[in-house]
Parts: sequence; structure tokens; C-alpha cells
Amino acid sequence: MKSIILVAVMLIGIAALSMAMTIGFCVSTLNNPYFVSFTNGAKAEAQLLGINLIVMNANNSNSTQLNQVEDLIQRKVDAIILNPTDSDALVPAVIAANKAGIPVITLDRSVNGGTVAMYIASDNVEYGKLEAQYAAKLLNGSGNVVLLTGIPGASATRDRTKGIMEVLSQYPNIKVVANQTAKFDMATAMSVMESILVAHPDINAVIAENDEMALGAIQAIKAAGRSGIIVIGGDGIPQGIQAVKNGTEAVDIAQQPYKMAALGVSAAFFVVNGINLSPTSLSMPLFPVTKDNVDQWIASGD
Amino acid sequence: MTLSNGFVRKYGVIFGLAGIITFFAIESPNYFFTASNFILISKQSSINILLALGEMFVILTAGIDLSVGAIAGLVGAVAAGTIVATGNLFLGLAAGIGIGIAFGLINGVIVAFAKVPAFIATLATMSAITGITLIYTQGEPIWNLPSSFDFIGQGNLADIPFSIILMALAFVCAWIILDRTKYGRHVYAVGGNIKASRAAGIKISGVLVSVYAISGLLSAIGGIVLASRLGTAEPTAGSGYELDAIAAVVLGGTSLFGGEGWVVGTIIGGYIIAVLNNGMTIMNISSYYQEVVKGLVILLAVMLTSFGKKYWNE
Repeated sequence: MKSIILVAVMLIGIAALSMAMTIGFCVSTLNNPYFVSFTNGAKAEAQLLGINLIVMNANNSNSTQLNQVEDLIQRKVDAIILNPTDSDALVPAVIAANKAGIPVITLDRSVNGGTVAMYIASDNVEYGKLEAQYAAKLLNGSGNVVLLTGIPGASATRDRTKGIMEVLSQYPNIKVVANQTAKFDMATAMSVMESILVAHPDINAVIAENDEMALGAIQAIKAAGRSGIIVIGGDGIPQGIQAVKNGTEAVDIAQQPYKMAALGVSAAFFVVNGINLSPTSLSMPLFPVTKDNVDQWIASGD
Repeated sequence: MTLSNGFVRKYGVIFGLAGIITFFAIESPNYFFTASNFILISKQSSINILLALGEMFVILTAGIDLSVGAIAGLVGAVAAGTIVATGNLFLGLAAGIGIGIAFGLINGVIVAFAKVPAFIATLATMSAITGITLIYTQGEPIWNLPSSFDFIGQGNLADIPFSIILMALAFVCAWIILDRTKYGRHVYAVGGNIKASRAAGIKISGVLVSVYAISGLLSAIGGIVLASRLGTAEPTAGSGYELDAIAAVVLGGTSLFGGEGWVVGTIIGGYIIAVLNNGMTIMNISSYYQEVVKGLVILLAVMLTSFGKKYWNE
């Protein structure tokens, strides 16, 4: 018994002395390969820098995430890296962290209030624009397009749709014959696309605001025995990249969630060590992956 | 026998479906009102109807099973994962179905013996099962499945989609069990009047455990069809599916208080939901409005059936 107490005291002492930085990492969800890769990138960088990373998954719930941030503030972490479930709902959490003197880094999505030491994300408007630009190019400027949008009300959905519509409006001969939400979900996309295929015998392209939905659309097209429909997705999840290699997906606007999160962790490391970063926002590049460059993309290991 | 009371309740739901179909047929005669679209609607409703049939067994006993969607998701993942790991289709299917029945039994035992209200018990298991699925899949989808697995959700048997055949088989079995066996009578009795059932010597706990196990089994089949349809087992598959399953049961005229319900009604309820989704998408009605319409239709249907029941009984 005495030796156990001694060991415990020693361990506590060592922990106190090592003064490892503790950073809270609040991810919006872990049920998507994109966010799994995202979190893995953060964990890897944290390990490299000797940071104690506390990963919290909000399961797409605003209230859960608010509670998680508050918990982290209570635990007096050195910094909070936040991937907000919603750009507006998480503002009070950021303000609370500001008041407690804890620096906040936002990743992949922004918050519309509070002070953030660093914001790293892909530009979702650009994401949408790229999807539409490739669609227009592959359609030679004319054709019938189906649009599958993400979770209604999410900032990614709003921004990507904005980008898509901005570009498509420049092509008077491209008609959006159907515009339905598939909530970023594969099963929903398949069901919705099946019904759309019934109503529209002549579809030339499908623009889906992420890979999960693109893959669902591809399944629907396959089930209906239709062909010659160009499918465009994004995020660059492994299944999507495979679809590009197979030729079922024409373009995949790949993101780099792993690198984005790793950058976020190292940014937090610098901020906690008193280094003010400039600029305070960083736009991650997007990589349109097509059949021509898919092998290089796979080789680049992201 | 154990038929539900009130002709109005029964025929009301048939008229409801007929009315909705008529509406869409007028709005889109060339696309909606075709044989191939009806086959599609049947395919699209098959997963929900499988879950709803299981849910019906539970609701007839005045219980509720909120875990059907979560079980469907876990089973899809386990079946797919087992097939990928062992290369054996039947092992995967057996593992999946086994897991579904196992969790159904767990639900049943908690409700029957721990006397936890079904709502709470299945809410808790739903949460736990969702977590288990995430742990099992590590948040990654399971894909690159063999075509033999894909056949379940994507293949045809004699030109009829296999998923429709599965749904039809489940319907026939459920109807025979509930309408033509002593066990079925016991299910209705436990929900209708538990005291009288106990007095009559019916083993209440046996009935309760078994209906949840049946619900687990049907959720498992639904989960396998879902993963097979997509060719992918997603970590969050089935999430929210319990709502449509319960809606189908309620739309079909089954009482949430137990003791009355009509198996054909559940099928019609499932079709109402599928027809609404399909018809509104064909008409390209905005997604925002689709949710409102669906909610209103369900509300209206339930109000009419309970109204009709009141009027008929008075």
C-alpha cells in the first residue's frame, strides 16, 4: 500500500514538472472520414510537439459543443481548437473562452463573433465555384444539372451553394433541373437521386456538395441503369478518390483535413507560447482531383 | 380475432394513401404515375417497412423501440465488416442478424424484468448502440463489399427487386403471426389489457422479451438491406430511422397505447411516407417545405384516425 502511494506521488510530481501544454480539440463530428482524417492530423501533430490533446466530439450538436467548450474552460486548458458545429451558435463559447484568457483557434468553419487567434479553413465558396466550373467545362457550357445540397442551414452548405450558383448563372444554357438537399448523407442522396432520375430522363451532370452525396448519387444512377451522367463531388475521402479512379466520379474537390488540423495544432502551440501569428486567417488550398491527376493525389499520401 | 376496431380507422388510411397518390398522379402523370416508379417507391419504402413491422410488434404491447435505427446501423457495419474480414457472406449475415436479435433481447429483458419504461430503455440502448457502431467502424465507412452482398439491396429476382421480396416476406410472416397465431393474440392482449392477460395466464415477460427480439431481428434485416443498397456500411447509418418507422406504424392506425393495430395499415403507413418523399422530389418541391408537408400529413392522418375512432364509438 505504501509503495503504491509513493509511486502515485512520484507520478503526480513528474506530471507537474513536465508542464505539458494541454489543448482542447473540439471537433464537430467523427462520423465522416473527412473529420476522422482531420482529428488524426491534430493528434499526430500534438504527439510531435508533446502536447496533451483532449479530443471532444460534439456529434453535430450545438448544445453538446457549447458544454464541451465550457468544460474545457473550467479545466483551464492552454488553448481551445474549435471546429464549430454552427458558426453562430458557438459565438458565446468563444466569448467565454476570451473572457477566461484562453486563446481560440477555429478550424474548417468560422465563428461569427468573439476573438479568434487563428482561423484555418478551406474556402467553401471557392469549393462550390470549382465544382461548378468543372461541371461547366465538362458540359461544354450547356446541359441539365442536378444539385444535391448539404445540411440545410450549415455554413458549408450556404457557401458551397453560393459558389455553385454564382458560376452556373454565367451559363445561360446550363439548367438546374432539380435542387434538393441530401444532408451530406449517402443514403439520403441515393433515395433523392433515384426519384430525381424518374422525373428527369435527360440529366447531364450532378453536382453534389460532398463526396458522401456524390457516392449516393452514383449508386442511384447505377441502380437505374442510367449512364453518361457526370458526377462531381468534394472532400477527397478515400471512397471518393476511388470513384474518380474508377471513372464514376468525374471531379473530386479534395480538401486536406489532416494537414489543416495539424497546422491548427501547431498554430495553437505558437500562440500559447506567446507568439502572435500574422495573418490571423489562412485559406487551405483545394485540389480538384480528376482522372488525370488521381494517381499523383493518391501518391501524395493525403 | 384481433382486428383493430373501427372501419373508419382502417379505410381512412387507405383513402389517405389513395388521395396522396391521386394528387401526385395529377401533378406528374408522366413520371410519378408509372409502373417503374411504383417499383421504385416500393424499393425505397422497404427498409422503413422492415423496421416498422418490428416496431409494430413492440407498439402493440404498449411499448416503443427507439433503438431500431441504431441497431440497423450496427448490424450493417458488423455484417459488412465480418464479410470483409472473413470473405464469407453467410458468416457476415449471420453475425449481423445475431447482433440484431441479441440487442433486441437486451431491450426486451430491460423492459420486462428491470421494469424500465420502454421509452427510456430503448433511448439508452439507442445511444449505446450508436456509440458501439462508431467504435467498431472507427468513424470510417466499410466499403469495397463483394457483389454477393450487394445483391440483397441491389439485385433482382425474377425482375422484382430482392429488397421488395424481403419486405413482402416480412409482411406475410408478421401478418400470419399477429393475425393467425395464439402468440399474436397474446401480443395484442398484453398491450390491450395487461391485468386481464396476466389473469388469463399469459406469460407477460415472455411476450415482452420476444417482441423486442423480433424488432431487433427486423432492424437487422433492414440494416443489411441498407448497407447493401449503398454498397457501403456507414458509421451513422440508420440514424433517425426510428422516427419514420414509428410514423409508419402510427399512420397505419396502430394505437400507441397498445392492443390495437393492423399489419396492412403499417405497410400503408410506410407507403404514405415513401410516396410523399418520392412525389415531392419528383415535383422538385423545396427541401424545406418537404419537411413541413411530411409533418402536417402525419399530424392530419393521426388526428383523422383518432377523430374517426371517437365519432365511430359515439
